[in-house]
Amino acid sequence: MKFTLSWLKTHIDTDASVDEIADTLTDLGLEVEGIENPAAKLSDFVIGKVTAAEKHPDADKLRVCTVEAGEGPTQIICGAPNAREGITVVVAKPGTYIPGLDITISVGKIRGIESFGMMASEKELELSDEHNGIIELPAGEVGQSFADYLAEHDPAQVDPVIEIAITPNRPDALGVRGVARDLAARGLGTLIDNTIEPVPATFANPVSVSIDADTLDQAPVFYGRVIKGVKNGPSPVWLQQKLKAIGLRPISFLVDVTNWFTYDLNRPLHVFDADKINGNTLRLHRAAGDEKLVGLDEKEYTLPEGATVISDAEGPESIGGVMGGLRTGVSDDTVNVFVEAAYFDTVRTAYTGRALKLNTDARYRFERGIDPAFTPDGMEHAVRMIVDIAGGEASEVVQAGEIPDTSRAYKLDTARCSSLVGMDIPADTQRDTLTKLGFVMDGDMAQVPAWRPDVQGEADLVEEVARMASLSNLEPKPLPRPAGVPAPILTPIQKRLATARRTTAGLGYNECVTYSFIDQAAAELFGGGTDATMLANPISSEMSHMRPALLPGLLQAAARNQARGMANLALFEAGDAFHGGEPGEQHTAVTGILVGKTASKDVHGASRDVDIFDAKADAEAILAAMGAPAKVQILRGAGDAWHPGRHGQICLGPKKVLGVFGEIHPKILSALNVKGPVVGFTLYPAEIPMPKKQTANRGAATIPDLQAVERDFAFVMDAKVDALTAVNAAAGADKALIENVRVFDEFIGGSLGDDQKSLAMTVRLQPTDATLKEADIEAVSAKIVEKVSKATGGVLRG
Amino acid sequence: MDDLKSKYLDLIGNAADEATLEELRVQAVGKKGEISLQMRSLGKMSPEERQVAGPALNALKDEINAALTAKKAGLADAALDARLKSEWLDVTLPARDRRQGTIHPVSQVWEECTAIFADMGFATAEGPQIESDWYNFDALNIPGHHPARAEMDTFYTHRAEGDNRPPHVLRTHTSPVQIRSMEEQGAPIRIICPGRVYRADYDQTHTPMFHQIEGLAIDKDISMANLKWTLEEFFTAYFGTKVKTRFRASHFPFTEPSAEVDIQCDFSGGTVKVGEGDDWLEVLGSGMVHPKVLKAGGIDPNEWQGFAFGMGIDRIAMLKYGIPDLRAFFESDLRWLKHYGFSALQVPTVHGG
Repeated sequence: MKFTLSWLKTHIDTDASVDEIADTLTDLGLEVEGIENPAAKLSDFVIGKVTAAEKHPDADKLRVCTVEAGEGPTQIICGAPNAREGITVVVAKPGTYIPGLDITISVGKIRGIESFGMMASEKELELSDEHNGIIELPAGEVGQSFADYLAEHDPAQVDPVIEIAITPNRPDALGVRGVARDLAARGLGTLIDNTIEPVPATFANPVSVSIDADTLDQAPVFYGRVIKGVKNGPSPVWLQQKLKAIGLRPISFLVDVTNWFTYDLNRPLHVFDADKINGNTLRLHRAAGDEKLVGLDEKEYTLPEGATVISDAEGPESIGGVMGGLRTGVSDDTVNVFVEAAYFDTVRTAYTGRALKLNTDARYRFERGIDPAFTPDGMEHAVRMIVDIAGGEASEVVQAGEIPDTSRAYKLDTARCSSLVGMDIPADTQRDTLTKLGFVMDGDMAQVPAWRPDVQGEADLVEEVARMASLSNLEPKPLPRPAGVPAPILTPIQKRLATARRTTAGLGYNECVTYSFIDQAAAELFGGGTDATMLANPISSEMSHMRPALLPGLLQAAARNQARGMANLALFEAGDAFHGGEPGEQHTAVTGILVGKTASKDVHGASRDVDIFDAKADAEAILAAMGAPAKVQILRGAGDAWHPGRHGQICLGPKKVLGVFGEIHPKILSALNVKGPVVGFTLYPAEIPMPKKQTANRGAATIPDLQAVERDFAFVMDAKVDALTAVNAAAGADKALIENVRVFDEFIGGSLGDDQKSLAMTVRLQPTDATLKEADIEAVSAKIVEKVSKATGGVLRG
Repeated sequence: MDDLKSKYLDLIGNAADEATLEELRVQAVGKKGEISLQMRSLGKMSPEERQVAGPALNALKDEINAALTAKKAGLADAALDARLKSEWLDVTLPARDRRQGTIHPVSQVWEECTAIFADMGFATAEGPQIESDWYNFDALNIPGHHPARAEMDTFYTHRAEGDNRPPHVLRTHTSPVQIRSMEEQGAPIRIICPGRVYRADYDQTHTPMFHQIEGLAIDKDISMANLKWTLEEFFTAYFGTKVKTRFRASHFPFTEPSAEVDIQCDFSGGTVKVGEGDDWLEVLGSGMVHPKVLKAGGIDPNEWQGFAFGMGIDRIAMLKYGIPDLRAFFESDLRWLKHYGFSALQVPTVHGG
């Protein structure tokens, strides 16, 4: 919402400066977004007098002028046809910026003669398009600032334009008068009375108006007057200047009047050419849903069912609250005009506007809520202005429906300001504030003015009082804190995720935060990309689907980094992925990828390609940090994202998957343009069972003082038997005695044959009661061999 | 006997290696060595002679043994010295490469906020990112026709043909978590709700996804003055310097009264310095929870009241750590991650800062 300072001052009598007004508006909640002050760009220009002008010896069209501009006679070469002795001009001294030319004037030589500045045209000062000659002023003191001169003689040229942002609850501030009312209530000036004296009627209204019974709730009231014998044409200069200043294009006086009151009094109006109203009747009704109408913007609209329509005998001619129709609009030839003021319901207007995708100043105001009680006066303001400027006589008023009753009152609890806001404001001041804003106080009851649809309860009264008293005066008061040391607040899952994040970073991974939405092709690679997870209005096709996993985002990040020449990467993300489109169909995951080499090439020869066991080690470390049990199953079959033979799911039973590690499927790498090798893992923190123990007590540590014994075994078995099967079998041979079993060698093929492998493991025996004797060791060894052979089909290697 | 002594001490002194020393030991004090043989002859001596020769021979034996030990240690030292001299390395060579992981600024600031608010008794609540329009809008006093809905640049989810339910939304703010938390816990309640939020906007200061942190405190007598204190305490702790705030009247459908909050800062010199100077920078929206919102969360507004606020995690991260462009947060450029990231063990705490 834009207005100029002088416009504002037609509603408020104030001496406040622009800056003071701007600060106050922002403080009141009418946030100033910008101030455009035309005087600022003219501040360096001064008024001068041409005391002599002679023809340039080497150029017919140039004159050598002597100009008095307050610093003694100055020589300026000028090519303007009107440059002559005796005229008062606007001078730019060297160093002055010329806005219309986008240059800074300097001392120069023109055809051999020096020139110390220039005399400006209106176009060069961006005052108008006039460029036939330099400005000739009728008055002005030599040396006077041109900006000051304009402020005195042509203030519209230096009228500051203020732009404010209006929150949706303040439709009253969508008119300059509402803004002035807030400022006056704050005490920045006095609101100027604008009571309207209606133009007396001289004839009966030829147009009849009706509102259908089922339409009264969305268009409860309609007023109109005909003015006959008007002369339409360009608006007066002051009106054109004001409209232009706020970015509106003057069209013709009758149209400009409606725009003027839309912004001045927040009163959208419509003017019909009375001679084009077919049948001299207007009917407000609900659209059936297939009517067509060409709007004032010359576009055809199909009215949505239920929209408020104004029709004459021929059919629809206006979309109530949104836009008038072209057929009955005014033109330069209009002599009889019908001025309409109606009230259209907020919700209906919003739905109609949204359905038509049509944004107009009228819709903007009606859907936020204008003052229904002001409807007849709003019309009278317009009639008065039309008759005063365009002439003509006014008819009687035609009215359909009644002004909706919005009267309501709320109790002003003067203690509430203190208890809710924390500001102590005297009760009298509170009442006075509300009165200045237009509330009518009746004892403790505050009657809400019709222009404030936002005030719907006692809390709103407190808000008004506090707003006017200025929240900048609010003094902080300590929030009572829990006594003693605050209790921990993180949930187990939140702690797990934080731990996972820090552990993963500790393992050398760089944390990424990638977008939650990715392109459909990438989502499909990971089992997503379905309609359920699709956005209806994505910002681009690269961001059309909610991610089904964190891997695609990380792999795309890897590809971008590879393109920048970074080959060895360790990236991770901890966040949510989406397995459906309903609220809650999201799951938390921690995903990491390793790309390229384990390290840069170095003198130690330590650099090698990353492999699955790097990913497995990291996955196990992070799971352990999150409190996952050490004893897990490793199963295959995690899905198409992984190399089918080179991945494992870390499980507690076939349905309880804590995570996956492995090589990324080569097809996925090529689809996402990532150069391998790439290994990675995804862990699901929420799947880790909660510890059963609620105590911090860890129990006594068992640290036996008897010597442990280690024995090595090697078995030959089918190459596809899992090592973990052998390990578990060995460990099961004597659960009390065997502390752990560790695979230390694997050899496939060779003399064993391609489908056989030798698996060597160390079994550590830890006695607790007595030192192990050779016979004990022999006995357990035999049992180990038996168990492993049975579980794996393997034989002890001789 | 003196000849014997000087002979062997000389030989031991001149021995070049351990093998020579061993030979000398055998010759002198070995079972059949010269000194051992002489000691055997003691038995043939008279008691008087024996009394003189016995101790002398024992002393000689001890002296030779000591000389052998000393020479052996000397030879070992010399050998070690020689070995160490040959074992020279260029210690300026690079160490084995070790990856240095980092924590993203969003996670770091998230934890910083959590730590500070936890100290003031706020728990951390989270909620779904795909939300029903009821939780995202209606419950927050933004009915279907409300202009604020249109102004939020909301992402909607796709609805299949024939599915006439209103589309879900990607939550435009973390405020729905307020409602869910009130429903679950009732009052009194103190929570912060950090999380991802979405709006259809993209330029240097807007990305279609960003992070917000919401605060909610409901009790019998919490006022806006308490809100101001809470925010000033937070910003002071967060920025590590005393920060004043300025409240400006504003409007949000879910709070009443509502205020935009600016923090004190200094813009001179092309950088933003928080907690200094006379300028103000808008950082968050806040207010007293609207009675209708309390009701939507199942809390009686006649009995309870309190404040809510919401601010951008990315935005306060940019302010504190001098990060110029929001878009880079989500691009995962390794150079950026390394420059702006935090080390794994740099866990923010109230006591450690």
